[in-house]
Amino acid sequence: MNRYPLWKYVTIVVALLIATLYTLPNFFGEAPAVQVSSGKATIKVDLSMVSRVEQVLAQQGLAAEAIQFDGNSVKARFASTDLQIKARDAIDHALNTDPTNPGHVVALNLLPRTPAWLQSFGAAPMYLGLDLRGGVHFMLQVDMPGALVKRAEAMAGDVRSALREKNLRAIVRREGQALDIRLRDAESLAASSQLLQTQFNDWVFTESAAEGEFRLTARLKPEGARAIQEQALKQNINTLNNRINELGVAEPVIQQQGQDRIVVQLPGVQDTAKAKDILGRTATLEVRMVEAHGQPGARDYNPARLQEAEQGLVPPGTELIYSTRDGRKEPLLLSREVVFSGENLTGADASIDQQNSSSVVSVTLDGKGGAAMRAVTRDGIKRRMAVVLIEKGRPEVLTAPTIQSELSNRFQITGMNSPQEATDLALLMRAGSLAAPMEIIEERTIGPSLGAENIAKGFNSVIGGFIVIAIFMCVYYMLFGVFSSIALSVNLLLLVAVLSMLQATLTLPGIAAMALALGMAIDSNVLINERIREELRNGAAPQSAIAAGYDHAWDTILDSNITTLIAGVALLAFGTGPVRGFAVVHCIGILTSMFSAVFFSRGLVNLWYGRQKKLKSVSIGTVWKPAASPSQAD
Amino acid sequence: MELFRIKKDIPFMRHALVLNAVSLITFLAAVFFLFSRGLNLSVEFTGGTVMEVAYEQPADLESVRKVVTQLGYADVPVQNFGTSRDVLMRLPVLQGQSSGQQSEAMMAALKAQNPAVSLRRTEFVGPQVGKELLADGLKALAFVIAGIMLYLAVRFEWKYAVSGIIANLHDIIIILGFFAFFQWEFSLAVLAAVLAVLGYSVNESVVIFDRIRETFRRQRKMDPVQVIDHAITSTISRTIITHGSTQIMVLSMLLFGGQTLHHFALALTIGILFGIYSSVFVAAAIAMWLGIKREDLVKTSGKKAGDPEDPHSGAVV
Repeated sequence: MNRYPLWKYVTIVVALLIATLYTLPNFFGEAPAVQVSSGKATIKVDLSMVSRVEQVLAQQGLAAEAIQFDGNSVKARFASTDLQIKARDAIDHALNTDPTNPGHVVALNLLPRTPAWLQSFGAAPMYLGLDLRGGVHFMLQVDMPGALVKRAEAMAGDVRSALREKNLRAIVRREGQALDIRLRDAESLAASSQLLQTQFNDWVFTESAAEGEFRLTARLKPEGARAIQEQALKQNINTLNNRINELGVAEPVIQQQGQDRIVVQLPGVQDTAKAKDILGRTATLEVRMVEAHGQPGARDYNPARLQEAEQGLVPPGTELIYSTRDGRKEPLLLSREVVFSGENLTGADASIDQQNSSSVVSVTLDGKGGAAMRAVTRDGIKRRMAVVLIEKGRPEVLTAPTIQSELSNRFQITGMNSPQEATDLALLMRAGSLAAPMEIIEERTIGPSLGAENIAKGFNSVIGGFIVIAIFMCVYYMLFGVFSSIALSVNLLLLVAVLSMLQATLTLPGIAAMALALGMAIDSNVLINERIREELRNGAAPQSAIAAGYDHAWDTILDSNITTLIAGVALLAFGTGPVRGFAVVHCIGILTSMFSAVFFSRGLVNLWYGRQKKLKSVSIGTVWKPAASPSQAD
Repeated sequence: MELFRIKKDIPFMRHALVLNAVSLITFLAAVFFLFSRGLNLSVEFTGGTVMEVAYEQPADLESVRKVVTQLGYADVPVQNFGTSRDVLMRLPVLQGQSSGQQSEAMMAALKAQNPAVSLRRTEFVGPQVGKELLADGLKALAFVIAGIMLYLAVRFEWKYAVSGIIANLHDIIIILGFFAFFQWEFSLAVLAAVLAVLGYSVNESVVIFDRIRETFRRQRKMDPVQVIDHAITSTISRTIITHGSTQIMVLSMLLFGGQTLHHFALALTIGILFGIYSSVFVAAAIAMWLGIKREDLVKTSGKKAGDPEDPHSGAVV
């Protein structure tokens, strides 16, 4: 009765093999590495960077263990920190020819030393949380009402121009997140209502006419508001991504949390003041007028003045900036006065112009931006205006188109060479603006020494407890105790394997949960062993005692694990931060313990005792019988 | 080796009334301290200020801690931050003092002790986050209670569900009472420990209930009190050993886990100790008062009709 069919043993062996495979990466440790990523929104790191880095390293005679490209950055792994630092300097020198204006971030990092054959299985070590590796954690609250107000502001401008086009006179005012539109008479009210309803699908318009006042109230539809909030969050995450690039962090985490929050984690960063400064910056996009340029055909064509400026005679109130569009370096003398900034930008999207099917970027501004735009373009036809992106306090001209007509809050930038260029420009323009203001509502910092200490402490707790439990089990339950201890270590193996597979973040509370899971997992084995002893005490034959012990204990094990799992799931559902880290490990630990403590340990027992037909006794420690019968020791 | 050599069923239920009275008093005391002293909530829940200061020489953490304690902050973590010259501390919100005033007072005190100190920055943890965490914690608690009661009611019967959950709430309140009485810091990790104890402690009650059900089926002559005594007696050895094993782990955390895990492990220790007690004397006793009967269970679970006394067992060694 204590025999497993072959498939059960096969299942056990396969499970153990897979678990070992995925646990292995955790033992290889980390190797010093150099990570190259883009330092500017205008520069992209792609596959060609791998050969570039290889080339630089070959020139300097520095040997990298491995160079890989992961989609955003190139990482090179080295045997020693000495090599790492030399390589960093060499790569930095080669890539950033102008040290005052670096285009690439060359950062020191640690990479798992996982061998390639393991990586090919997708095996990777557990992902360590900030409390174990050190770094900064921010939680930012996005001001969603602010985003909606901003949208309403932009809408006010749209409504005004739409009504003006049809010669409908109206006073448009923003009240909170809604618009109040006042009209002269009932006819214009009806006409406007009709017009606006067909033009703006996202809004609801309600008419009210009382005491000689003809009003139209516009409100954003709930689904429209939701879309705006989603977009605002997305854009803010995007912008944060670009800004954090400036910090040169190896692996920043920027994630949405809930509906209106963003979590930013910067491993290894210690300078929180700088990080905060960069996160909190409001606008990094500016649109400014060109005072002098070298392109014939447009106004202010003035090579002489430009040349003077290039020689150092920059007139007051202006600034000389180079545009690097299409790879050409074009000097431009820009006014220091800002027409509008990223704050006024509500949208920038790549699209196709219907008339000549060329690629364009459609820009939308809020009311303020639209008014400013109208003011400068009215008298500025054929002048050029520059879109400037400021990164690391360094302005860079994205494009400097020529104004073709009077513009307001919606206009297009034409003359894109390809759809890709249009997409890039739209992305860069959006990158320079926050869709809604943000506020830091939580901040945590953990020094690297504290992180290493936490790992050691957590690890010692698990190992210390494990050893004592294993010794006790072996002494108390003899061979069955050995089986239980092996099952317990299998549980640990499975737990680590699953965590590595899921790439769940391991935190200190997570390690605590691991220790607790082991302490609780042994419960199942104690239940089984006690049951077997009891069956023996009641006079059952060894083989049937084992079978009955496992069978009877199973119900209890299932019950108790389900109740524990209920608590675990609740923690997972309602917990955030450290509690979540605890809950993930807790829940996985319960599930793996069911496999190891029952299925696996039974397998061991069956393998050992199952084939012995005339089994006289089992080694499960002293089974004491209350009657005077001799005790059955082994 | 066998630790427990129990000749016949221990009459646990004989003293149930006295012990329940003791439980009630402990419970009320815990509630009293919870209300009179309140929990010493950590910065995570209350919001607070984090300060970083820098010294010209490697900082003497002990003297900094002394200054911090003199200003009336208990349990404020003071640690090196980045380099040995930088010191980081988290100040909880004090009633009637803004975060700015707090850091000013702290700086003045630190300057008096060692003039070579400079303020690097002050940080803030928003109190709105704390309120949410507290609300989420309560939601989780409610979810666990409802979930476990439902499960016990389906798997056993409502009487077991009620007594099981009362026993566990009793444990939880006593843990909280300890934290209130000693003013230990109640952090998110402690909250996680408390909820884990809830699941763990029910586990214990489930084992005993399981035995009660089985004994009802097997021993048809026993009355309910005898059944309960028998069930507890036959599981007591397991109870002590498993809780002992879990406690070894927790003890290991208490010894090696450092400051961060200290209160977490402490909460678990109290939870485990009271978990044993409450499963035996609270859960089983309340089930007894509620009047559990053989008929309640034998009806509902029709499975396993086979005679547990297996006829295979011919050869007794």
